[in-house]
Amino acid sequence: MYRNGFSLLFFGLTFLATIVLYGNSDERGPRDVFVDLILADKSEQSALIEEMNEFGDPIIAKIYEDWRRGKIFSLETEASKEIIYIDERNNCYSLLTGEVLEYSEETRENFNKERIARALRKQFKGLIDTLGLKSINAKTRIKSAIKLGRSQKAEYIEPLEKRLAIEENAKVKAAIDEALAINLLKNGNETQRLESVNRLAELKSIAAKDFIEKILAREIDAGKSNEPLALACSASILTIESHIRVIEFFGSFFRGLSTGSVLLIVSFGLAITFGLMGVINMAHGEFVAIGGYTTFLVQNVFISIWGIDHPMFGWYFLVAFPVSFIVAALIGIVVEKGVIRFLYRRPLESLLCTWGLSMMMQQGFRLIFGAANVQVNNPSWLMGSLNFGGFSMSFTRLLIVALAILVVFLTWALLQKTNLGLHIRAVMQNRNMASSLGIPVSKVNSMTFSLGCGLAALGGAALSQIGNVGPSMGQAYIVDSFMVVVIGSVGNLIGAGLSAMGIGMVDQLLQPYLGPVMGKITVFFIIILFLQWKPGGIFPTKSRSLDD
Amino acid sequence: MTNKNIFKELGASGVILAFLMLLPILNMVGPDSGLFSVSAFQLSLWGKYLTFAVLAMSLNLLWGYTGLLCLCQSLFFALGGYMMGMYLMLMIGERGAYKSVLPDFMVFLGYQDLPIHWAPFYNFWFTSAAILWVPGVVALIFGYLAFRSRIRGVYFSILTQALTYASCLLFYRNDFTFGGNNGFTDFKDILGMDLNSIETVRILFISSVVLLFLTYFITSFLLKTKLGKIQQAIRDSENRVLFSGYSTANFKLGIFVLSAMIAGAAGALYVPQVGGINPSLMEAAKSLEVVVWVAVGGRGTKWGPAIGAIFVNLLKSYTTQAFPDYWLIFMGGLFVFVVLFMPQGLIGVYNQLKEKFLKKEGTVSV
Repeated sequence: MYRNGFSLLFFGLTFLATIVLYGNSDERGPRDVFVDLILADKSEQSALIEEMNEFGDPIIAKIYEDWRRGKIFSLETEASKEIIYIDERNNCYSLLTGEVLEYSEETRENFNKERIARALRKQFKGLIDTLGLKSINAKTRIKSAIKLGRSQKAEYIEPLEKRLAIEENAKVKAAIDEALAINLLKNGNETQRLESVNRLAELKSIAAKDFIEKILAREIDAGKSNEPLALACSASILTIESHIRVIEFFGSFFRGLSTGSVLLIVSFGLAITFGLMGVINMAHGEFVAIGGYTTFLVQNVFISIWGIDHPMFGWYFLVAFPVSFIVAALIGIVVEKGVIRFLYRRPLESLLCTWGLSMMMQQGFRLIFGAANVQVNNPSWLMGSLNFGGFSMSFTRLLIVALAILVVFLTWALLQKTNLGLHIRAVMQNRNMASSLGIPVSKVNSMTFSLGCGLAALGGAALSQIGNVGPSMGQAYIVDSFMVVVIGSVGNLIGAGLSAMGIGMVDQLLQPYLGPVMGKITVFFIIILFLQWKPGGIFPTKSRSLDD
Repeated sequence: MTNKNIFKELGASGVILAFLMLLPILNMVGPDSGLFSVSAFQLSLWGKYLTFAVLAMSLNLLWGYTGLLCLCQSLFFALGGYMMGMYLMLMIGERGAYKSVLPDFMVFLGYQDLPIHWAPFYNFWFTSAAILWVPGVVALIFGYLAFRSRIRGVYFSILTQALTYASCLLFYRNDFTFGGNNGFTDFKDILGMDLNSIETVRILFISSVVLLFLTYFITSFLLKTKLGKIQQAIRDSENRVLFSGYSTANFKLGIFVLSAMIAGAAGALYVPQVGGINPSLMEAAKSLEVVVWVAVGGRGTKWGPAIGAIFVNLLKSYTTQAFPDYWLIFMGGLFVFVVLFMPQGLIGVYNQLKEKFLKKEGTVSV
């Protein structure tokens, strides 16, 4: 019993903290007012309610609720009157301080249940509904304002106006302003309603659109379609709709940017193996999956060392990047040495051979990790999103955009600034000439192929944060990636980057209108038509040699 | 071609025909059990393999003889299958689960009337024509666009794969009026014959044999004509053919359309023998599987692709039962092996060995 009370005390510690603060200070807190209110007679009550109105503490709602349910008792002693709160487990607390009070059974029999008067209940109802407006948390205030506005009840106008006058936070102020306008749409007089409609148009309030449309419909039904209110309504609906379109456009634009970035990361590796080496790597998607699975394994290692709640866990993701690159690059070297190097002169056959590899790898993943998707957790620092007036960008997607930029930069630097890059470009341009100049062609080939595989795995690591990690995760991107390489002119990395972004954008911009499937099909036909116009892609290679 | 070769070829065709005709005969008069018993199930299974063989031969026409690695052959196959499926669905009439004139899936998806493009498929002859011209027209449009902009080699493969992918997505949609991902099933009869009766199974099997030999004769005939010569020249060096004044695009387009029609016909025979069709048949991976059959059998040979298709499918049905977890690895490994070490496929192994011996003799004589 003793223990029980103790644990309960512990349990309630969070809200007790505030209470103790209130209790110790000289200022009166909600608890003092409650005690007074319970002890007060009718004439004093309204003044006390006024006082209560000053607080935004959520505890008011809780105490009121307990009071209503008959859990507040009083105990008259010689010196004073103690107000006691009894919780579900029959423990007693002082309402004034929140401290645990020990009473014997006999004393408990002298408890007097405090009932709440009907008139008081009514006053409390309004007070509690608007409690959120006075909260110290800005988000709670915004939420509450929106709720009060949407309810369109006349009694909330006053508290909203009151709060608007003293609110300092600009965001909350705007929300209250909007809520007030929405509320006045129904409850205001003719001029107020007109003003509200105009004000909402100014605020570009998406929430108000439905309400304004309703008013417009009613006005038209009443045959007043030419009166100022109806005209203002249609004007503000137009404004709000155009605002929605702008937001949707930016949303699609950003989604396109991130889709394009994913495509770019995945297809850059492909552009290297396909474009620079003339090898069609159908197993590219499986190297993407290797990246995903490596991330999964790194995550598990972090969990087994530190546990999932440890702050270190969040950093597994940064470790996973280089690890997946290295793992895939090593496997890539093995594949190149074992299979690909026999097929440099036979591109069609390299396609078939790597497809066989892709089947084997996919089944291998299934045997090792199971056919179901594995769980990769987002590190806490990647959760959440950036908000820009109406549309939001999640951190994971932003990270992918950043990663794409990094990949472009690193690949460029590697190809242009390093010795290996020089060799790769030389072999690409003329294999025989490069060989006769002493460039170790077969070594360069393995390095290039493993670079492509490593880039694919980077893509997989990034994808693990926004999609599923499963045996066939790469398949979803492989067709699109091939398109990217074809459109971007084979062997041209700038072209690949541009076409990845282009395809991602067009895909996402079409999706709201056509849906995901028809959007994809339309993109495909656009690609076919584009190739009619520019058969060699965006930047066709200028060459005098015949590609036969 | 020497007389000896013709003789050899006729012999091979004769053996294949004899073997294939033995199956329905054994089914009719053979024992009920033992090595020589052929059940209706086995007969329709072999019928399915034969349609795959035709599919492989249609791809061989493109890949083996024209050098176009087409990855949308399964799309044409499925298109032919869907045309036949539409007819078969309509033939169910009011015997479906919902007792409606509309096919079950339409009732299920809330259709009120039969979509207008379904109506002509009550007619078997219209269906038969559609089986050929629908894949043909798709091939014509796509091929025209692709060959006109000189998309060749690997690019052609990638684009055809994308075409298959896009169509597959389309057929998975419920509102595309082709049954979404469940496709068509529960067929009852064809031309008034019960699909489950043994006679129908035999007829369908024999039709598949006929189609197989028809495809074989078309291929052989084509190879003898001038068109066939140009076709092979395109495979070997397209630029030289271009420089000699031939419009290679038109030749390729013609072959592409022909091959699509053959694949469509094979698909149409596949559907009644299997008893259903759904969009998974046209997934991009299926097209690559067809390529495997051709490669395993031997591309650019007349019977190789058919043998490869039957061999791989027999192997597949064995390994999927014996080692369900490993068959994909097995298939993939087989494929890598074939590409690396048996570029001419099963048919070529014999020639390769012979060549090896001849070379040895040659070095000795020199």
